Amino acid sequence: MIASPVLILGARSDIGKALARGYAAKGCEVILAARGDISADATDLALRTSAKARSVAFDVTDGEPDRFFDALGVVPGTVVMVAGLLGDQAESAADDSAAQRVMDSNYNGPARYLLAAARRMAGVPEGCIIGISSVAGERGRASNYVYGSAKAGLTAFLSGLRNAHAKTGLHVMTVKPGFVRTQMTAGLKLPPIMTAEPGQVADAIIAAQEARRDIIYTLARWRLVMAVIRAIPEGVFKKLSL
Amino acid sequence: MLHHETLSGWGRYPMRECAVWQPVTAEALRAALPQLGSSIARGNGRSYGDASLNPDATIDLRRLDRLIAFDDATGELICEAGVLLSDIITAFVPRGWFVPVTPGTRMVTIGGMIASDVHGKNHHGAGSFCDHLQWCDLDLGNGRVLRCSADENADLFAATCGGMGLTGTIVRACFRMVRVETAWMRQRKVRAHNLSEAMAVFEQSMDWTYAVAWIDCLARGRDLGRSAILLAEHAQLNELDAPRRVAPLARPPRKSRAVPIDLPGFALSSFNVQVFNRLYHAMQRPGEALVALDPYFYPLDALADWNRIYGRRGFVQYQCVLPLTESARGLERLLEAIASAGSGSFLAVLKCMGPASFGMLSFPMPGYTLALDFPATSANLALLDRLDVITADHGGRIYLTKDARLPSHMLALGYPRLQEFRDLRARYGLDRRFSSLLSQRLGL
Repeated sequence: MIASPVLILGARSDIGKALARGYAAKGCEVILAARGDISADATDLALRTSAKARSVAFDVTDGEPDRFFDALGVVPGTVVMVAGLLGDQAESAADDSAAQRVMDSNYNGPARYLLAAARRMAGVPEGCIIGISSVAGERGRASNYVYGSAKAGLTAFLSGLRNAHAKTGLHVMTVKPGFVRTQMTAGLKLPPIMTAEPGQVADAIIAAQEARRDIIYTLARWRLVMAVIRAIPEGVFKKLSL
Repeated sequence: MLHHETLSGWGRYPMRECAVWQPVTAEALRAALPQLGSSIARGNGRSYGDASLNPDATIDLRRLDRLIAFDDATGELICEAGVLLSDIITAFVPRGWFVPVTPGTRMVTIGGMIASDVHGKNHHGAGSFCDHLQWCDLDLGNGRVLRCSADENADLFAATCGGMGLTGTIVRACFRMVRVETAWMRQRKVRAHNLSEAMAVFEQSMDWTYAVAWIDCLARGRDLGRSAILLAEHAQLNELDAPRRVAPLARPPRKSRAVPIDLPGFALSSFNVQVFNRLYHAMQRPGEALVALDPYFYPLDALADWNRIYGRRGFVQYQCVLPLTESARGLERLLEAIASAGSGSFLAVLKCMGPASFGMLSFPMPGYTLALDFPATSANLALLDRLDVITADHGGRIYLTKDARLPSHMLALGYPRLQEFRDLRARYGLDRRFSSLLSQRLGL
């Protein structure tokens, strides 16, 4: 059972778009939230399905989560936080404002928006909060530790939120997609066997929500890979270039 | 913005490393194109050869995939060029609408359907896809986007329909859908023992909406052209049995299977092809049956990545059309050449086409079209050169959407409006802004 309306925060991303189509195909009302004008995507959804769809302006780094939810005019049944920013590790290491953008987009912003959502959703029947975190948050690596640490924070946040709401009935799900073929990863050489399509990720998320799962890797093999990566002793790990 | 990717058409021959960009909006595309030099648009990569490849700049339009408006009274759909036909079918069949013309796969984009001016099994009556196109918006690559239709910028419209993406990037389109009462087809199978029988069946079946034949390419002598002809109509509500009538527009789910790896070359030996062709022929028992819409129109879409059947070296599809008066003799010569080479595919399709379209480089003409796949071996490529000569002898032409290897001097023989197309490209400066490996190879 999926509670409507479904609010997708970061609906311009490929995963956000695939989720919107997936939820609309299930008959859920969908609210698309993204920077700038995304009304064309809402029109598209309404034409594809008979589901209701609308769009609202949203910026995960604007620091106004309560105002955003008050203006929404409705308490969502499901909130999916898709917003995030991969950034560039070298740029983040060299430039404070670049690092802050990555931290704000992947931890501060998402956590504050989801806190604001949770304050409103405690009594919603079948209410569900879903956060798209990352396998990058499981161990800091030289190649992306600013992004990874912010995602580690988000993973811990989602775990705590789930724990806090275990008795209120608000379900909190953590999603770790691994590599996904999206605008964010365009041009990266990704191993095909470890890489999912946005539509696959969306299907896995919606199925996991219906099954009320807590933590999912959208490609199951990532669970094994990350178990191995976590098990490497730090003394060895620091000398590897992973 | 640009990233590098190894790309190919559906035939996986040729493969080339291309600089690729995926715009998210038509506005972003309009702003970027003038900076890009010469580029080509690519949809879902279902043209077979090199039409959607440009090593310097290939514009992947699959993110311009929004439906914009639909008019329930007229069936007019407006959408972005990167919308998949498959998405349109999923959205509109349940509401009683179908596309006026569909190719043999639904995994194509609307932009690709226009650039190829695709035809379907109903060409003899319905014409090609662009005959149902109200207009399209064309990005000329110089910051301008022009609406093109039969009334507005008619010269660009005629060049764009079937123009292989070489007249600008199609960003939006409007076409008219057709009403269907059910998601089922009433199909009649007729067997033909040879080519002249098959052609007689086609000629007697012109009142059927859909007509196509599968040919056993390896049959020779008296059996040359042995085939099964499939005739079909959209089933009406009163032709369904009671259980199906409950949800007449529901599409039964199909199990999709994938070809997991590139099969080794020997998997497609002549022996296997012969066995497959025979099995297929036997399966086509004459008679009438109700068939679901998807397996009828898209039999191969259930086998994802079926192009990997041909292995790593890839394959080429040969599709030509011969004028009506030349068809009997020309087809016989083509089939003889193919049968004696013994390397034909299990996918050999014959169809009788109706009037030519208004598109300058549109493929269809009144007559018969034959399409077959060949593994891309040097022996087969040499065979195709011989088929070109036969096609040209009989006044026919090759379908550019399928082509990966036609020599440029053979092209003009089949396309009388080629010079008009080239002149238009030069007049609008499009020859400098749009090119593909296909246009470079053929000097389009």
